[in-house]
Amino acid sequence: MKELSLNILDIAENSVKAKATVVKILIDETENEKENTLKITISDNGCGMTEEVLKNVTDPFYTTRTTRKVGLGLPFLKLAAEQTGGNLKIVSKSKEEEKTNHGTAVTACFNKNHIDFTPLGDIVSTVVTLIQGHPETDFIFIHTKNKKESAVLKTEELRKILGKDIPLNSFEVITWIKDFLTESYKEAVDK
Amino acid sequence: MKSLAELQAIKEKMQNKVVLREGTGDIRVVVGMATCGIAAGARPVLNTFVEEVQNQNLSKKVTVSQTGCIGICQYEPVVEIFEAGKEKVTYVKMTAEKAKKVVEQHLKNGRVISEYTIAAHKA
Ligand SMILES: Nc1ncnc2c1ncn2[C@@H]1O[C@H](COP(=O)(O)OP(=O)(O)OP(=O)(O)O)[C@@H](O)[C@H]1O
Ligand SMILES: [Mg+2]
Repeated sequence: MKELSLNILDIAENSVKAKATVVKILIDETENEKENTLKITISDNGCGMTEEVLKNVTDPFYTTRTTRKVGLGLPFLKLAAEQTGGNLKIVSKSKEEEKTNHGTAVTACFNKNHIDFTPLGDIVSTVVTLIQGHPETDFIFIHTKNKKESAVLKTEELRKILGKDIPLNSFEVITWIKDFLTESYKEAVDK
Repeated sequence: MKSLAELQAIKEKMQNKVVLREGTGDIRVVVGMATCGIAAGARPVLNTFVEEVQNQNLSKKVTVSQTGCIGICQYEPVVEIFEAGKEKVTYVKMTAEKAKKVVEQHLKNGRVISEYTIAAHKA
C-alpha cells in the first residue's frame, strides 16, 4: 500500500466485518534522540479469532473469505512493519473462548528513520471513510506525538449530540468531522 | 476551531429538513473496499462519489455505500451501480476523475459511460 493510512483503513474493515461495535485506532509517535518510531494499534470487540485462525493469519494463503483464495490485509501490514525493522503483533480472543471479553488487537511498530518506512499519509480520509461506510459502529481515534494528543475523535460523543435521527454519515456531519480533524492537526503543528 | 457547538447547530438545521432529506434511494452506488480495492485506490474514488453526489444535488436519489471484495481483484477499484428496473452497471479500474464523470454523466444524466465498464475492459 502507498500509505499506512490505507493499511489502517483495511485492518479496521476487518474489525467491522468481525461485527465489532467499537473499533479503536491509536497512533503513537515517539521522537527523541534515541528513538523515532510509530506505533499503530487497532483493537475491537468483534468476534475474535480462534487459535487456529490466529496461527495462520499472517500467511497470505490463509483466509476465511470466499471470494478470493488469499487474505492480504494482515500480511501487507506485517510486511510494511518488518521492512522497517519493526514488527506486528496480534492478540485475539474468540467469542467461543471468551463470552464477554472477546475481540482483537493488532499492533504494528515502525522505525520511521528506515528507508523503507511508508508514510502515514491521509489519515483524516481514512477516519472519514470508515465513518461514512459504518455509521452505526463506534470509532475511537487518538493520535499522539510524544504522548501529546494531536487529534482525537470519539464518535460516541458526536452521537450524543446528534441524537438518533441524524446518522453520522450525513454529508454535513462527515464534512464537519473532516474539517475538525484537519484543524486539530494544524493546531497541533502550530503549537 | 471547529467545536461541538457547531455540531449542535448542524443537528438543529438538519432536523428541520429531515422530511425533505429522506432520499428515495433510487440509485445505489457501491464501492468495493476490501484490501484489493483499497490498495488499488478505492478510498479517493469513494470520497469523490460522496462529494460529487452532494455537489450535483443528487443526494435525494443516490446513496453511496461500501462493500467487501466483489471478486474481480484485477479490475479494482470496482464500482457497481444498481438502479431499479435496470441492469447493474459495473465500472472498473476507477479513479477519482472517472468517478466525477460517472456522477455527472451517468447518475445525473442517465448516460452509462461504456468505456469505463467491465465489458469494455474484457473486450
Ligand atoms: N479484527 C478481526 N476480528 C476477527 N477476525 C479477523 C480480524 N482480522 C482478521 N481476521 C481474520 O483473519 C482473516 C485474514 O484477514 P486479512 O485481512 O489478512 O484477509 P481478509 O480480510 O480475509 O481478506 P482481504 O485481503 O480482503 O483483507 C480474515 O478472513 C478473518 O477471518
Ligand atoms: Mg482484511
